[in-house]
Amino acid sequence: MRTRFISSMIVAAGLVLAAMTVVAQAPAYRAPRTKDGKPNLAGVWQAVNEANWDIEAHSAAPGPVYQLGAAYSVAPGLGIVEGGPIPYKPEALQKKKQNFTNRMTLDPEPKCYLPGVPRAMYMPYPFQIVQSTKQIMMVFEFAGALRTIYMADQTEAPADSWMGWSNGRWEGETLVIDTTGFNDLSWFDRAGNFHSDALHVVERIAAIDADHLNYEATIEDPNVFTRPWKISFPLYRRIEKNAQILEYKCVEFSEDLIYGHLRKVPLK
Amino acid sequence: MNDRFLMSLGAIALAILVAVVLVAPTSAAAQAQKAAAATVTKAAAPAKPWTAPRTPDGQPDLQGYWTNNSYTPLERPKDLTKEFYTPEELREAEKKAAEREEEQTVPGTTADVHYDFTQFGLDRSQTRLTDNLRTSVIVDPPNGKLPPVTSEGQKRAADRAAERKKQGAQYDQVQNIPLGSRCVYQNAGPPMLPPGYNPAYQILQSKDTVTILIEMLHEVRVIPLDGRPHAPQGYRSWLGDSRGHWEGDTLVVETTNFNDKSAFRGASENMKVTERFTRLSDDAIRYEFTVNDPSTWEIPWKGEMPFVKINGPVFEHACHEGNYGVANTLKAVRLEEKKAAEEAARKGTK
Repeated sequence: MRTRFISSMIVAAGLVLAAMTVVAQAPAYRAPRTKDGKPNLAGVWQAVNEANWDIEAHSAAPGPVYQLGAAYSVAPGLGIVEGGPIPYKPEALQKKKQNFTNRMTLDPEPKCYLPGVPRAMYMPYPFQIVQSTKQIMMVFEFAGALRTIYMADQTEAPADSWMGWSNGRWEGETLVIDTTGFNDLSWFDRAGNFHSDALHVVERIAAIDADHLNYEATIEDPNVFTRPWKISFPLYRRIEKNAQILEYKCVEFSEDLIYGHLRKVPLK
Repeated sequence: MNDRFLMSLGAIALAILVAVVLVAPTSAAAQAQKAAAATVTKAAAPAKPWTAPRTPDGQPDLQGYWTNNSYTPLERPKDLTKEFYTPEELREAEKKAAEREEEQTVPGTTADVHYDFTQFGLDRSQTRLTDNLRTSVIVDPPNGKLPPVTSEGQKRAADRAAERKKQGAQYDQVQNIPLGSRCVYQNAGPPMLPPGYNPAYQILQSKDTVTILIEMLHEVRVIPLDGRPHAPQGYRSWLGDSRGHWEGDTLVVETTNFNDKSAFRGASENMKVTERFTRLSDDAIRYEFTVNDPSTWEIPWKGEMPFVKINGPVFEHACHEGNYGVANTLKAVRLEEKKAAEEAARKGTK
């Protein structure tokens, strides 16, 4: 009797285990489809993290402009880099440190320069995915940046650019974007993390439920890093009914920073 | 963008004026030409009625790469009364305008010092022209001119001019330099008028959104189609806040919430622009617009011009990022001032 009970317990446990395995193997979230049958990732999205300060884990710290006090101090963050520090080559790590020291003059962000990829994806402003069959557009609020992702009629980058040249494909639920053709001028964050014009970014974007996307990117740049490395973070849908990409033309706001010393009466 | 470009616009306007004066026919001939132009328009239409292709969502498909590149001025040139050129007259006007645009790049001339417009594709003749037979973009008022400006509009223009004067000379500070040279704003509209160079547009549609990428200054208009109201009045922008809907095969876009800085032809921030995009053929979109700003013009006015197909893609126009012109110009003016001051000091001590 007792033996039978035990063996039935074992069978039951086995069933539970089997059931759990089935749950684990259940397909991931299936996104709603567009009319042409592709996962529909359209919408207004935004990262909610502190990666624009520093994509690696970092503590709270004073900002570079003391007059702005706590309003522009570094917010602490756990980072979006997977598996340890960014694998810089030794000389590149030196340059990163110099970038940090000189970030007030070298970071492209205060100058309202196009943010590049992947930085555009985690700046603290919304962007919109507009999805058509042959092309997908990403329209970013900051600096009016944009990316066209060619799902058809794909070519190599005709020339280097800030936002790179993106070719995409669907792998099941996942939008995979392969981007090259970058210039060497954009940064990853305000901490001076950087790349060369050999940057190659492969992004994987998939919905995990109705209002969240999982974003992963593999960063490869043999001029700067010893091996490819990965970043990942969720993107949150801006669920406000009236969410839209507003115009954030920042050129005007950067002009005194860039040209102020050339005024007839120089700025103090 | 640079001042030389603005000067070249003036030159082109003059060239067209000269061209049309040369070809201006008698009024009887003008009538005949108008009839001929209408015939040309009809003849150009396909024998069978055009059925606009559909997107997977069933909407008329406006997607692709387009241009509105033309020499057609917004307002009909002085001394020209007819609405349409004949195709021959248009060729002649375009040829003369292109020659004028090229002329300024003769090697060794002052005009050639900056850079060669034709070499860098900055003149219009190197992009496909829309071949618009109209003598002006404005179709209403029928005289092809902007309607009379209200007294409020005149006062605003005077106030703006006085404010600009208070800011000092053009090169005293970057803010006094024209917006286009600063890569802030250049003909993006709406209404979307030809910018002179970089006249490429890319339209992308999804079920509830139309996006129009404007190559010049990488502007993107994101136009919701879901019937939502406009943004609150507190939100103002250079390109305004656009809402779209379909009326049959026509995309209708209404735009409000402008700021008071773009000041399109002296308009106020209360300007409302209604645009209508209708695909006419595989090759062309008819673009119509109505500008309504009762505080600036006594009556609303309308324009019309085609967009025609071009090969893509549209490349990134990182204008601000590569703007050496502003810094170099300001530096040069400061140097001149310094030299003049030194000269004056030397004379003073003598």
